[in-house]
Amino acid sequence: MDIVVCIKQVPDTTDVKIDQKTGTLIREGVPSIVNPDDKHATEEALRLKEQFGGKVTAISMGPPQADDALREVSAMGVDELILLSDRAFAGADTWATSYTLGQAVQKVGYDLVICGREAIDGDTAQIGPQMAEHLGLPQITYVRKVEVQGDKIVCERALEDGYEIVEAKLPALITVISDLNKPRYPSVRGIVDAYREKEVKVWGAADVSCDENCIGLTGSPTEVKKTFAPEPKGEGELLEGTVDEMARQLVVKLKETNVLRQVG
Amino acid sequence: MEFGLSKEQELMRKTVREFAEKELEPIAADIDESAEFPDETVKKLGELGFMGITVPKEHGGAGMDEVSYAIAIEEISRICASHGVTVSVHNSLVCWPIDKFGTEEQKEKYLKPLASGEKLGCFGLTEPNAGTDAGAHTTVAVKEGDKYIINGSKVFITNAGKADIAIIFAMTDKSKGTRGISTFIVENDFPGFSTGMVENKMGIRGSIQSELVFDNMEVPAENLLGGEGKGFKVAMATLDGGRIGIACQALGIAQAAYEASIQYAKEREQFGKPLGKFQAIQWFLADMATEIEAARLLVYKAAFAKWKGKSYTVEAAMAKLFASDVAMKATRNAIQIHGGYGYTKDYPVERFYRDAKITEIYEGTSEVQKMVISGSLLR
Repeated sequence: MDIVVCIKQVPDTTDVKIDQKTGTLIREGVPSIVNPDDKHATEEALRLKEQFGGKVTAISMGPPQADDALREVSAMGVDELILLSDRAFAGADTWATSYTLGQAVQKVGYDLVICGREAIDGDTAQIGPQMAEHLGLPQITYVRKVEVQGDKIVCERALEDGYEIVEAKLPALITVISDLNKPRYPSVRGIVDAYREKEVKVWGAADVSCDENCIGLTGSPTEVKKTFAPEPKGEGELLEGTVDEMARQLVVKLKETNVLRQVG
Repeated sequence: MEFGLSKEQELMRKTVREFAEKELEPIAADIDESAEFPDETVKKLGELGFMGITVPKEHGGAGMDEVSYAIAIEEISRICASHGVTVSVHNSLVCWPIDKFGTEEQKEKYLKPLASGEKLGCFGLTEPNAGTDAGAHTTVAVKEGDKYIINGSKVFITNAGKADIAIIFAMTDKSKGTRGISTFIVENDFPGFSTGMVENKMGIRGSIQSELVFDNMEVPAENLLGGEGKGFKVAMATLDGGRIGIACQALGIAQAAYEASIQYAKEREQFGKPLGKFQAIQWFLADMATEIEAARLLVYKAAFAKWKGKSYTVEAAMAKLFASDVAMKATRNAIQIHGGYGYTKDYPVERFYRDAKITEIYEGTSEVQKMVISGSLLR
């Protein structure tokens, strides 16, 4: 079973501070990490490989330093590493990014594509689903359990208040959430191999036969009007007492703030 | 000159740190309290390759450099010094001498399972009446045909009681003093091998130190390591590397004490402001940060010298002498910053303080390090 995992290098947002004047992220000195959901995607790919054989390829689109993220998943056990890096890709929104990644995935060949649900720096959760559309694949999102049965994949798809079981014929694309598994740690030997033995293939626009109108800024229909940090929410207030008492207090407060108004 | 770490070394730090924070932190205080050896996490460390970090791949290790090894022990000890010494002893006092002095057969038979973490090792040098004074050993090995019969005992042996394989030292010719010492690789199921009392210690309580007892223990002659009479040389060379490991342990403990102090100085308020606003506290923190940085430079430099095949005896002694002293100061002042709370088990700094003390003692006391250093100055 050949599996492609799409990963992204992101700033560790647990450390990120926002520049109050410009409303943008202060990236200086913030360590880069492999996007957490993508580690779960990698782990699942490695488990399926251990079960069914085949090979796992990780693809990342990003600047040259994303090389480190690929080597980190290599140290977890990923076989092949591809970095999509080209000035022509710069400025891509999720539409152009998913098209570009899709072209690369197509070139690699696959039975299954696994993406993390979303990246912690953009929070769109759009890449996986859009890539499935570009590739004409069935997709299952928010996956929390995976089972491969012959030529189909059966997944538990998380909902807000439960889950549903969805199956799809392979090849397919799934996006996964952190409940799915516990990512393994890179092994010491894996770290050594990642930097001494493994090769990160760098592919540009020409290598993945992209339509130049569909990549980078040109291929991006999204226009960003403004980015800003939302106003911090005021401190919440906890009501105490029995349910009845709390309900009464709540009604009083809602009236005070004119959310509820007495009619007549 | 280049002070930065390589990408490989950086990924090593990131990986160990994540492992230590997620897997060791939740049990560090518990194993200190219960003095239980953490079998499960030591096994996990082995599976990930931390039990043969610098051992070449063909002998079951990861083939990494000495600086990466230093980083691993530092990061493990930053969270749990007990795991730190368990891993350090196994790597530098057991795997290293077999890799350095062993025959191909010995490497195949013993180094492979040790480096892959399948088996645990210990190093038996110290005796009840011969700690630093290695020439006064009373453990004796007598050759009979194709085996040695060994009698005697060892004390304070880290990992003993849990270890499958021990590197031990015995007199093959008492009349020659230190030139009459030989090294043997022994298995814990050799006839006549047993372990004795487990030490009840002040710190590093999640690691195990026990007696080794040899009662007419039979050891095949091919288990002699490095040749008859070469034991003192093997021991001294091995301890040079071991000292880097303990210096890393001290560094990790000091770093932990410093980080706990920074956090406390920001959180704790007195007289209407955080402790960190008081100059007395700022000075503690400034001294800690500076001394830890100096210790780190000495430790990494010793590891670097070993990695590059240069002489590192003096560098290792300086690193251990200085880092263990820094660990004592940093942990003592961390408790001072924490005040009464620091003296309780509600905060980890009292554990750091107890753990730090041993780094001034084992694998050569601070006084021995000064002997080693001054010996090289006055030659």
